[in-house]
Amino acid sequence: MAARSLFSGSASFAERHPAAIAVIVLLLVYPSFASDFFVFQIGAYSLILGTISLSLMMLAGYGGMVSLAQMTVAGFAGYLVAILGDNSVGVMGLGWPWWVTVPTAVLAAALLNTFIGAISVRTEGIYTIMITLAIAVAFFYFVRQNYVIFNGFTGFAGVAPPVLFGVDWRDPLPFYYLSLAVAGGFLWAVLHGARSTFGLSLQAIRDNPRRMRALGYDVTLHRIAAYFLSGLIAGTAGVLLVWFNGRISPGSVGVDIVIDILVIAVVGGLRHPIGPFLGAIAFVLLENFAIDLIDRERFNTVIGTAFLLIVLFSPDGLLGLWNRITSKVRLGRRAQLGARNEKRDGRHPAGSLEGT
Amino acid sequence: MSTPRTDALSRLQGTGRFALELEAVSRHFGALVALADINLTVQAGERRAVLGSNGAGKTTLFNAITGDFPPTTGRVRLFGEDVTELPVHERIRRGLRRTYQISLLFDGLSVIENIYLACRGVGRRRFSLRRPTPSDSAMQLAETLLEAVHLDAARGLQVATLSHGQQRQLEIALALAGAPRLILFDEPAAGLSPAERAELVEILQALPEHIGYIIIEHDMDVALRVAERVTMLHNGRIFKEGTPEEIENDPEVQELYLGQGQEAGHG
Repeated sequence: MAARSLFSGSASFAERHPAAIAVIVLLLVYPSFASDFFVFQIGAYSLILGTISLSLMMLAGYGGMVSLAQMTVAGFAGYLVAILGDNSVGVMGLGWPWWVTVPTAVLAAALLNTFIGAISVRTEGIYTIMITLAIAVAFFYFVRQNYVIFNGFTGFAGVAPPVLFGVDWRDPLPFYYLSLAVAGGFLWAVLHGARSTFGLSLQAIRDNPRRMRALGYDVTLHRIAAYFLSGLIAGTAGVLLVWFNGRISPGSVGVDIVIDILVIAVVGGLRHPIGPFLGAIAFVLLENFAIDLIDRERFNTVIGTAFLLIVLFSPDGLLGLWNRITSKVRLGRRAQLGARNEKRDGRHPAGSLEGT
Repeated sequence: MSTPRTDALSRLQGTGRFALELEAVSRHFGALVALADINLTVQAGERRAVLGSNGAGKTTLFNAITGDFPPTTGRVRLFGEDVTELPVHERIRRGLRRTYQISLLFDGLSVIENIYLACRGVGRRRFSLRRPTPSDSAMQLAETLLEAVHLDAARGLQVATLSHGQQRQLEIALALAGAPRLILFDEPAAGLSPAERAELVEILQALPEHIGYIIIEHDMDVALRVAERVTMLHNGRIFKEGTPEEIENDPEVQELYLGQGQEAGHG
């Protein structure tokens, strides 16, 4: 018998996901009607933060492992780009070409996350959060106090993406498309990977690790492998982040931003890889425009309140809210259609007094 | 007429290599002695029932064999190899399987995905980032198992939506995945209707003869019909061993476990 339901059907992607096609087209034409500020500060930044949160979603949503060290991993990759490549502060800056620096930084970040995974996968729930938070805090203090390699409190400035094919990739338009390509690529990879053998086994481990051991799986090794893959995502986004900011310092890997990544993922929704991107857009919009509503110093109050409200009314985040609205609309449409059919067939709608 | 399979079985049994050997196995939980000095051998292909009242140590015995709760003292050998120090997944890869008293399944996945993962768990490419295809050997095996446990109609259903009986059948399918040589069935008939129990007995009796199993079962009809030998546990110790007839007719067993009227034994 052919295994059908596990595999994609015959309908094309466009037929099955018209909304996704509309969003893709919108994202592609977005720079044609948005200002540079909206393309770069809102669009590209949302995509980068969304990608880092996607690495957390992959671990937490599919693997049941909430790691607070994803920003640390991204930051580590960013630091390596500044250390191995070029910077303007006169510390380190080994001047390696970008095609060596970038893969090295991403791979080293993935290995760091593998190490973090190896330490934390034997714990569960709140203990995983605490261990990864401790690692994030330790990294923050380490880079702040280490002047020889990480240039301490000042960090590095003057870190830029290369000029390639005659294009300055830090210009808003090319950088937006670069961020979109990276985010889209990882989103597709996570969606595809979720139905792969590894993805299915990761979800099964999340649901029932004991049973997976009894099926011959080395649960610990699988979890560590998930950390490696999520480290690749966070590391790549970290490279984009340092190019976006042009600089990196201990503040880039501080506790507040580490927690912001969790807030973004939870606000967006951890049940689907698109959730972190929704959360990132909401976060970046609030970060940029909350100043119009409230004093800049009070930004954390605004984001905290938004977080509380969303978690209170929709534990599945914005994605859950969206799902609830669409299912209500669908139910309403179905009820209308049913009533219309009954009327056409000469029957009275259920509960109608006319029929009595 | 002997088949290559039975010949291989005879050779294996003839060498004196047991599927399972427990040597002075004990398991303590603090001051509580759940298992004490258990010595047990199970031949390759043998079908054994482990009976005993609640708290006799039956499930703990299974946990000690699989490594879920390694023995406090004693040795466990699987097919001649000492596996006492090995983790659960390594024992599984050596041909051991088990089911659980309460179904432990992956509720968020479909029936076929559950069985596919079980088939893949003891094979290669567990870390594959490719989606399984119909030509995948593990998927083909999963399809065969799906039919063997009569779950074809529920193939694409999410496990959470299955009836209790279907979930028990799926448990058995997971245990049969790969190339099992010894299966530990922990109360597979619990909560099943009479018709489902009959179906379970049929499935167990239809297992290839090279697959041995140990079954914990409170339903004596099921246990004595599918077992060749019976081991009685009492207070964490082996109390009696024998054929189903010997155990059934043993006055001490009747007194202790079956009750004077030989009611279906519940501990």
